[in-house]
Formats: sequence, structure tokens, C-alpha cells
Amino acid sequence: MLIKLANITKDYVDEGVPTTALRGVTLAVSAGEFVAIMGASGSGKSTLMHVIGFLDKKTTGQYFFDNENANEFDDANLAQIRNQKIGFVFQAYNLLARTSVLDNVLLPTIYTPHLDVKATAKKAREILAKLNLSHRVDYQPNQLSGGEQQRAAIARALINEPRLILADEPTGNLDSHSGQEVMEVLQDLNEEGHTIVMVTHEKYVAECARRIITLKDGQIISDQKVAERHLAKDGLIK
Amino acid sequence: MRFFQILKYTKNNLALNKTRSFLTMLGIIIGVAAVIAIVSVGASAQDLLLAQVKAMGTNLIGILPGASDDQGLPSAVFGIEVTTLKYEDALEIRNLPDILAICAYVTGRGTVGYFNQTKELNYTGVMPEYPTVEDAAVATGRFIKQEDMDNMARVAVLGSKAASDLFGQDFPLEKQIKINQIVFKVVGVMAERGASGLQNQDEQVFIPLRTAQKIMLGIDHVAYIRAKVDKEANIEPAIGRVKEVLRFRHHIKDATKDDFSVRSTAQALDILGSITQALKMFLAAVAAISLIVGGIGIMNIMFVTVSERTREIGLRKAVGAKRRDILWQFLMESALMTSLGGVIGIILGVSISSAIALGVNSFGYEWKLIITPLSIFWAVFMAASVGLIFGLWPANRASLMSPMDALRKQ
Ligand SMILES: Nc1ncnc2c1ncn2[C@@H]1O[C@H](COP(=O)(O)OP(=O)(O)OP(=O)(O)O)[C@@H](O)[C@H]1O
Ligand SMILES: [Mg+2]
Repeated sequence: MLIKLANITKDYVDEGVPTTALRGVTLAVSAGEFVAIMGASGSGKSTLMHVIGFLDKKTTGQYFFDNENANEFDDANLAQIRNQKIGFVFQAYNLLARTSVLDNVLLPTIYTPHLDVKATAKKAREILAKLNLSHRVDYQPNQLSGGEQQRAAIARALINEPRLILADEPTGNLDSHSGQEVMEVLQDLNEEGHTIVMVTHEKYVAECARRIITLKDGQIISDQKVAERHLAKDGLIK
Repeated sequence: MRFFQILKYTKNNLALNKTRSFLTMLGIIIGVAAVIAIVSVGASAQDLLLAQVKAMGTNLIGILPGASDDQGLPSAVFGIEVTTLKYEDALEIRNLPDILAICAYVTGRGTVGYFNQTKELNYTGVMPEYPTVEDAAVATGRFIKQEDMDNMARVAVLGSKAASDLFGQDFPLEKQIKINQIVFKVVGVMAERGASGLQNQDEQVFIPLRTAQKIMLGIDHVAYIRAKVDKEANIEPAIGRVKEVLRFRHHIKDATKDDFSVRSTAQALDILGSITQALKMFLAAVAAISLIVGGIGIMNIMFVTVSERTREIGLRKAVGAKRRDILWQFLMESALMTSLGGVIGIILGVSISSAIALGVNSFGYEWKLIITPLSIFWAVFMAASVGLIFGLWPANRASLMSPMDALRKQ
């Protein structure tokens, strides 16, 4: 089991009203799965992704990552997991300002030991080409459209070829054509064995996955296999 | 992450945020440059003043009118005119054992003219032994003689600069000049001495003391007296004898009621040393303030950018930076900025000090450029500490947050 969540809760307690975003989520994802998470705005999808991706701390519950208890990870373990095992595509992109697309994509590799710098740069360019961003390699984030920023963020998540890809609405800002291409990339990666968990609002995007989990008010209300899976390379019908 | 990679990313990162990096460095540059320049000026000024007292000559005893306690300043320093010292006092002191030469002084300011050339100059009434007392030399002609004193002769000896200012290419000896409309005959020109104290000796006009007292100023007292003692060991006993003579002449029975004060050059040096030391401390305080100002500048920039930097740290952690990586990055950034700023600050500070030295020297003073290594050390140390502390502190805080908490920072 790659991801095993047992009764996870998450409370936000910063200034202002305390909010409970997750109320007991129990979930298991095996290696090689492709899971779509759906649910209304505010239902806790992003929160769940952050907890899975070790970007935010859970409040209570148990989390086993790759059969290891997450409570036992220290700062160095977590950094290594975030760096090499998980690629995260943020809903808000979070690209580094005043930094070229290429350098943004290469950002995780700064923290990866024993990397061949030249080969990595070449790989970054290949990934950007696959995401149709070859002509934007030297642009800075504020010079890109929303969709281009989203694809740059996806490229960054892929650079270290992580086992687990967590994508928070990776097609949220894309036209249907670019969206289809992103889904093609994700499906290919999944075919290659990468585990993917993706948040989406669109039914037809979700049906590119193999399993759909629906959240409501911080709880899972349904968890189903996709009966008729779309293949992005055949085109997505809305 | 390898060291060179960190260095490269640090350099890029600083270049990406030019304004921020520049403003941070500016704080350091200002602080360091100000401290170096201010401390240098203090040290040079002290050196200049002390050197000038030493240049007055060693083995000198100074007699000032008015009482003063041993460490304090004579009242004459504050411009209070005390009339207790007389020409006759000087003559009596001259007769004491071990005294080589004596000179009493009065000073005035006046318009000195030669043909249609006029200049505002200081004139000094002195006694014939002035050149011995002050280690001065006559370049051409002669100095004032005892006969000139006795006759209240209207003769003048010009400082080298006063001579060249008034006469230009003309030969000054035996020419007539007017001091405040009174005609004097030039009998000598002094050799060049260079600026000393607050007055340039070379711009002085020397006339017989008695002439100055009676004809120019209409007074009976003298401003001060200087006596040269034959050797250093005899200074202390000589001071004692001078005091005795003056008390006898002034009918003083109680030493605490002295209407004069007697000091050796060594004592004067001590007093001046403590005054200039106080001046240096004051300047050091000013320097400390500029360091604080520079430090606040650095702090400001760090605080203004803290939320942007917090988000950056959140992102870096999200893609795999360890706490250590973050701290290294910020340490390198701060170190690079503080060392660069420090170096520029040192260069600027030394340049300012040199410019001041050049400027003062152009007025004829022997202002030595003194740069204390300790001031450089402290300036850079303090600026670097502020830079490092305020660079690392927010970074450390952000590095302890979860990546999302840091990324959400507004
Ligand atoms: N930092 C925070 N502090 C307080 N409450 C928060 C915080 N982040 C999210 N929440 C709350 O937690 C709940 C879940 O938020 P989350 O971002 O997970 O929703 P979501 O399902 O991703 O929504 P969307 O589809 O709009 O992205 C919301 O009610 C939100 O207001
Ligand atoms: Mg969301």
C-alpha cells in the first residue's frame, strides 16, 4: 500500500474562526493507482492533498506512507520524500517569481543529491516540450498565461520522476485541448507505473482516472471504480 | 547540495532581487563607512592636536593668568581675560636658575598694509627670546631685540606667509608697513613653520611686546608666558620656583588663592590628551549611532520582505529543501551581502577619511591619515552580525513551519 490514511482529521486553528477541513478520512491507495478526487468547493480536497503530500500536518489519525508510519519521519525524511517520491501540482501553481520557467522546473533538483546537472536540464526541456512549453522556457511566471503557469507547475512536479504525483486541479485553467494533453501525460505516467492522485471538478476529467473518490464536508461519501475509462489520446468529450 | 551550487543559486537569487539586495547592502555600506571615517577623523584630530603641542617645544613651562585646579582648564581657555600677569613677572622668572629663555605674549588682530596691499592678520607682541622658546628661526634680517623693547620701537618681523602675501616678489626688509594705521619697519622674516594650533604661525606678524602693549593695545598685562628650561629633569623644580616668585610678586600667601597657573608641556599634553580622548569617545558614539541606523535599515528590508521570503521558503520546502538547506541559503545570502557591503563600506570609509585628510592638509596642517584596524573590525563585525541575525532569524522561523503554512503567508 502506498498511501494508507486512517481516520485523518484536519483543523485549521490560525487566527480567525477555527475550521475543521477533514473529519475522519480513511483511504487506501496502492501503487500504480490513478485516483480522482471530486467534491464541492470547500469540501476539503486540497487539504487532503496537502496532508497526503506532507505539505501540511494532519491533526489526528494515522498516515502510513509506503507502509511506514508518517509520525516517525523527521525533517530530513520528509524533505527527501517531498523531493524524490512525491511531485505536487499546486492549485495556485506557486511558481517562484522573477525566475525563468526552466529554473522553476529545475527547483526540486537543487535539493536532489548526486544529480547530473546537464542531463537534468535536458530532461527539463524534454518535459516542457511534452507540455508544449518549449517556446516559454526562458519566460518568467508573470509573463505566462494561467494555463502556461499550470503546465510549468506540472513540469516541475515531474522533473524528479516521483512515484506519487499529486495534482490539485491540473486542468483547472486549461482549454480542452491543453487539458487533454495534460491528461494524456498523466495517463502515460500512470501506464509507466506512477501513482496519481488528482483533484478535479470535471466529471469527464475524473473519468480519465481509474477510481473516483467524492468528498463532502471533509468526509468521503463515495469511492468507486471508473466503469468506462476515457483515454485522453482518443479525445475528451464534454 | 554542493557548495558551488549553493553559491551559484545565492548569486542568482541576489541578482533576481536587485533592489532588496542593494538596500540591504546599503545599510551595511553606510554603517561601515561612517564608522571607519568618523573613528579615523577622531584619531587624526587627536594626533594633530598632540603633535602641535609637542611641536611647541619640549622642556617648556607655560604660565597662564588666573587660577585653575591641576587637571582642569585655565580660565583663559574660555576667553575670559585675566590681567594678573605682567611683563615684569617674565623678567623675574628669566633670572631663575635653569631657565634658558623666556617670552611673554600679547595678541591682537589688525589690518596690515603695504602700499595698496592690505590683509587682516594677527599680530603678536613677543620678547627677544621668542625664537629660542618656540624653536623658530629667522630666515632673513633679524628678530626683535631688547633695545626694541626698551624703546617701544615700531619694528616688525613677518611670518613667512605674511611676508609673501604682503610683499609678493618685493624684498620686505627695511620697508614700511602699517598695522592699524601705525607705521612699522620690517626688520626680519621668519622661516616657514607650518600651521600649528588654531593659528598659522606663518601668517603672524611679530612686534615687540612693549610696543604691542603700550602703542597698539593700551594694556599693562600679558596673555601668557612661556619659559624654556635647560633640561627635562629641571622642569619640576623650575615650576616650583616660578610659583614661588609669582606668589611673592603677587603678594599671595595661600597657594590655593593663586592668580596664575603653571604647567609643563607634558602636563598640557596630558590635559589635551584627556580632552581629545573625550572627543574620540563622542565620535565613537556618533559612529555607533550610524551603525545602529545602518542596522535598522537592514532590519527594515528583511522585515518588509519577510512574507515573500516565507512563501519562497515554503515552496522550497515543498519541493524537497531540508531546514538545513534553507538556513544555508539564507546564511550564504547574508554572508555574501554583508561581505560585499563590508568591502564597499571599507573602501568608501577609507576614501572619505583620505579625502578629509587631503582637504585638511591643503590648509597647511599636518593631518595624518589614521585608520584604526580595530574600527574596521568592529564596523564589519557589527554590520555583519546585524545582517546575519536579521537574515537568518526570519528564515529560521519560516523553515520551522509546514510548507503550506509558509506558502499561505500573506
Ligand atoms: N489556512 C486555512 N485556514 C482556515 N481554514 C482553511 C484554510 N485552508 C482551508 N480552510 C478551510 O478548509 C475547508 C476546506 O478547504 P480546501 O481548500 O481543502 O477546499 P477545496 O475542496 O480544495 O475547495 P476548492 O474546490 O475551492 O479548491 C474550507 O472550508 C476552507 O475555508
Ligand atoms: Mg482546492
